[in-house]
Amino acid sequence: MADDAAVTGRGGGGHHPGLLASPGPEPVAVLTGFARTLRAAGVAADHHRTQSFLAALGHLDAADGRNVYWAGRLTLCAGPDDLPRYDRCFAAYFSAAFRAPRRVRATAVSVTRPVAAPYGGGEPEPAGEPGAPPAAASEIEVLRHRDVARMSEAERREVHRLLALLRGTRQPRRARRYRPAPHGGATDARRTVREILRHGGEPARLRRRVRTHRPRRVVMLVDVSGSMAAYADTLLRFAHALVRAEPGATEVFSVGTRLTRITAALRHRDPGLAMDECSAAIPDWSGGTRLGEEVRALLRLPDPRGAIVVIASDGWERGQADLLGAQMARLSRLARRVVWVNPHKGDPAYRPLTAGIRAALPYVTDFVAGHSLAAYEDLAALLAGDRPARAVRRGGADA
Amino acid sequence: MLRRTTTISDIDAPARLAELLDHHDYLADEGVTTAAYLALKMGRPLFLEGEAGVGKTELAKTLAAILDAPLIRLQCHEGLDAAQAMYDWDFPRQLLHLKAAEAAGVADVAALEGEIYDRRFLIARPLLRALETQPSVLLVDEIDRADDEFEAFLLEVLSDFTISVPEIGTISAASPPVVVLTSNRTREVHDALKRRCLYHWLEHPGFDREVAILRRRLPGCAERLAADVARTAGRMREAGLVKPPGIAETLDWTEALLTLGAVELDPALAAATLGAVLKHREDQESVRARGLLTPDGGRG
Repeated sequence: MADDAAVTGRGGGGHHPGLLASPGPEPVAVLTGFARTLRAAGVAADHHRTQSFLAALGHLDAADGRNVYWAGRLTLCAGPDDLPRYDRCFAAYFSAAFRAPRRVRATAVSVTRPVAAPYGGGEPEPAGEPGAPPAAASEIEVLRHRDVARMSEAERREVHRLLALLRGTRQPRRARRYRPAPHGGATDARRTVREILRHGGEPARLRRRVRTHRPRRVVMLVDVSGSMAAYADTLLRFAHALVRAEPGATEVFSVGTRLTRITAALRHRDPGLAMDECSAAIPDWSGGTRLGEEVRALLRLPDPRGAIVVIASDGWERGQADLLGAQMARLSRLARRVVWVNPHKGDPAYRPLTAGIRAALPYVTDFVAGHSLAAYEDLAALLAGDRPARAVRRGGADA
Repeated sequence: MLRRTTTISDIDAPARLAELLDHHDYLADEGVTTAAYLALKMGRPLFLEGEAGVGKTELAKTLAAILDAPLIRLQCHEGLDAAQAMYDWDFPRQLLHLKAAEAAGVADVAALEGEIYDRRFLIARPLLRALETQPSVLLVDEIDRADDEFEAFLLEVLSDFTISVPEIGTISAASPPVVVLTSNRTREVHDALKRRCLYHWLEHPGFDREVAILRRRLPGCAERLAADVARTAGRMREAGLVKPPGIAETLDWTEALLTLGAVELDPALAAATLGAVLKHREDQESVRARGLLTPDGGRG
């Protein structure tokens, strides 16, 4: 992939050797223009990185297109996700027919109509009463239990506002570090000796230390395929609330035909901006789902160890269901717990019949709904509580 | 010709570095060579990412061998703190010194205090050791395993290559060490740290390079066996295994096969030595089921 681009770049009608030597625009202007192009394509090639790019070329023979390619790739890119974009931009920018790369800025999710519930045989519910005026007593209370796919634009905005206020905290786990404590815990040898030193070698008060606690990590997969289009925006907003609550202990991936890490995009304080960033980052909106492949991709990174893994999907698996089952089995052995959020589960007529869901369910700790504000509040409470389900089983065996 | 240690200024072109890497049995492609060359020349840390077993750590070791410099390794883990990464005071020795001074009847308290916080009571941990040793190669291994607070702290050290010890003062490096950071990408490393570094994503070697590596590292390995192993390893990497084999695993595997006297990869020997290359039961079963170990890779 990398080599291809470099070769195409170089072989483009002998354009390269003259690239920086030819009269015309200043070489520096050409190179900073390239960095700008990269920025437009979503690579974080900021000013500092551009400076490094120029400095790196100072050490190489800049007349050689391959050197330009590598100097740029080494200084302007920050992750494997950047590399395909870099290759595309490089080929486009340094070819004779330069044109600005097409921006992949699809609008987030502009679905206003509910999609027909696509599960096994059941009739889609009548679309509620979309035009009916909200009950006067408590609009929010009514809104809390409504299916987001069946809401008007204004109602959904209100739900999103409430979602942004959701507290995505979670129960802490014991960390490796210690902190000084007035009493309790174990003796802190370092601080005790330091204290003795301070008093000229006289034995002093024993210092104590206790374990610190850190929030348990949450890894969330949000299905952005076509069948989930009505819920993806709301789910991403929920993910945004989680990231905002614990930026260091949350990872969010979008799942469609490929796995994309969107945690950085969700770090924005403003939910609207975060959604914009997300839509720029996700290349496979409203495509199919190959969940098995992607859980496998997730497992290739040792990410889920000890974390709570939240999978938000309807389980419409385009790939093989048995692959999904095998990967879920492995995931359930690595993760602290696996929570499956299915927007359709809120429907009383729903039965988990799709092949994907049936393959995955045996390995899922909690199977919960994800269609209304109330469901998301329950999910947040579940993450905050984190009571291991195994305790229940063990209690049963003892009796 | 007299053997002379290579210094950074001797390496005047990427091609020269490629030669040296080759001489130390590290067969690098263009990307790795350019990355390492720029890291040496620009005095920037080199940030290497890639799957396990693609030769990230090995590159640091080879650079250390080329420069004839000690490799100072900081293995990151959760809860790594300044006392383990930078320096620590040798409290027991300080206390002994104090007691000895007391027994000798030293009265000058101020001087004694000064003595206690002397460089000789400071235990240098990897970061401080790297600044004080010249030349040196500092390998910060698996930075993604450390806490994100540690990154901020590492960024500070790597920005100006100084460490300040409150009791002594600032310790700075006369010439910065060569720094290699590796990450398996279990967590996204903060952008501020990456921005300080040259970033390189390492891929598994292609067929030709893998054959060359195997033959170089294992001189007894016949062309035929190396080609068989490299082809099978390539198929394994495409088979979507839990843990696709890296170059370290294929080297182990080839060595195991050589020990058993193999000259080509025959299915029986391959099955017997599979544990050297695949370390997951699921992977072994999947590879057997697909017939990847037969010479035609289960295609004919």
